[in-house]
Amino acid sequence: MVNSEKANSGGCCPAETASNNAGCQCAQTSPPGAAALKTVLDIKKVSATLSRNDKWGAVKCRLSSFRNNYTVNPGLYAVGEPSEDSDVFVSANYKLSFDKLRSALAGINTWVLVLDTKGINVWCAAGKGTFSTEELIKKISDTNLPLCVRHRRLIVPQLGAVGISAYKVVKATGFKVLFGPVYAADIAAYIKNGYKATAQMRAIHFPMADRLVLTPMEIIPMLKWYPVYAAAVLIFFGAHSTGIVFRDAFYGGAPFLLLGLVAVLAGAFITPAFLPVIPFRAFSLKGWIAGLLAMVLVMKLISAMPVSLMVFTWLFFPAVSSFAALQFTGSTTFTGMSGVKKELRYAVFGYVIAGAASLISLILYKSGVL
Amino acid sequence: MIYLAGVATLQFDSDRCTGCGMCAEVCPHGVFIMANGKANVTDKDKCMECGACENNCAFGAITVTSGVGCASAIINGMITGGEPSCGCGSDSGACC
Repeated sequence: MVNSEKANSGGCCPAETASNNAGCQCAQTSPPGAAALKTVLDIKKVSATLSRNDKWGAVKCRLSSFRNNYTVNPGLYAVGEPSEDSDVFVSANYKLSFDKLRSALAGINTWVLVLDTKGINVWCAAGKGTFSTEELIKKISDTNLPLCVRHRRLIVPQLGAVGISAYKVVKATGFKVLFGPVYAADIAAYIKNGYKATAQMRAIHFPMADRLVLTPMEIIPMLKWYPVYAAAVLIFFGAHSTGIVFRDAFYGGAPFLLLGLVAVLAGAFITPAFLPVIPFRAFSLKGWIAGLLAMVLVMKLISAMPVSLMVFTWLFFPAVSSFAALQFTGSTTFTGMSGVKKELRYAVFGYVIAGAASLISLILYKSGVL
Repeated sequence: MIYLAGVATLQFDSDRCTGCGMCAEVCPHGVFIMANGKANVTDKDKCMECGACENNCAFGAITVTSGVGCASAIINGMITGGEPSCGCGSDSGACC
């Protein structure tokens, strides 16, 4: 909604427009200006300082499905004491994203326009189509943003460009989209630099700390299967034609309980941690190598086993590591769909072969052939 | 870090390029650089197919097939025979 007259008057909610705007809740006729803005429009004030709860929430997001419902209400927020000339930053309604942004805005008086991204972060939501041109156009109008600011510019995080077409937004709303830096932490420097992002601010990185913070959500879902695996191992070694022998279940199964755990960690933790130094570009190969190395170390601790179980160990566990590592393609900042598709064609074939051969070796062990 | 070589679907049509520079601005991997009044593709293998450049090229000079890049999503797509989907769409909340 563009209305240059209202915009130029600098006011918000003049009497004649109040009735037209559902979001406008003013009845007062106080002189237009920054102070009036927050009382007349449906604007939530928010601090740039994160509380202990906010910080604890950020930790929980990294560990569990808590993140699936960690949202803020979409709409227009005021950080500090913004005026009609203050910048408008656009964000997603995933609270972790919103908190990252507002804490980067400490000491800057700004507006934050939160789009409804169903609780998903900017980059992923842009890829999925909720952080979109259409949603931005809708929110500009729903929040009466054109009445709140005199200027016609928005700062959208650069990664939001996946979902937002700057040229379409300006055509539909008159608001010029400036793509800000990739990282909220660079916002102050971006403003200081005259609203120009340097090449450094435009590039996404993926240092070890960023990779590690993502690993719990790789490890935990896989370990949910661990009790099932452990039960299968214990039954396999304990079951005899005469009944279940608990001693055999434990002594036979223990090495495999350890191997299973190590295989998952090799793929879902060691591989992401040492991603750049592990050879090959395909994640399935990186994971397989990490798994193989982990097996070499663990097997030093384990006393000799029959040939059939040896074959099983070397086929099965590196394949598990490979599969776990492959899942990390969904978390990186540099893997693309075409590559993952190509890699999967080979990997799935490999997993089927390794799985079948593992099964045969177990049958051979149980039947006492090898 | 660079992923698999020779797979990116990025296509750039220099004839349509007006040199506005938006692609270079939005690409998080520096795939485009501006030279001689036009965009130039530096290293296609750096492209992660996010689609930001195509989405912000007002002149239709760029095409790239973008989509969900996680393995489980593509496996889901293979099984169901549909588009890659990680089961974390608009209704069910987060993921990726």
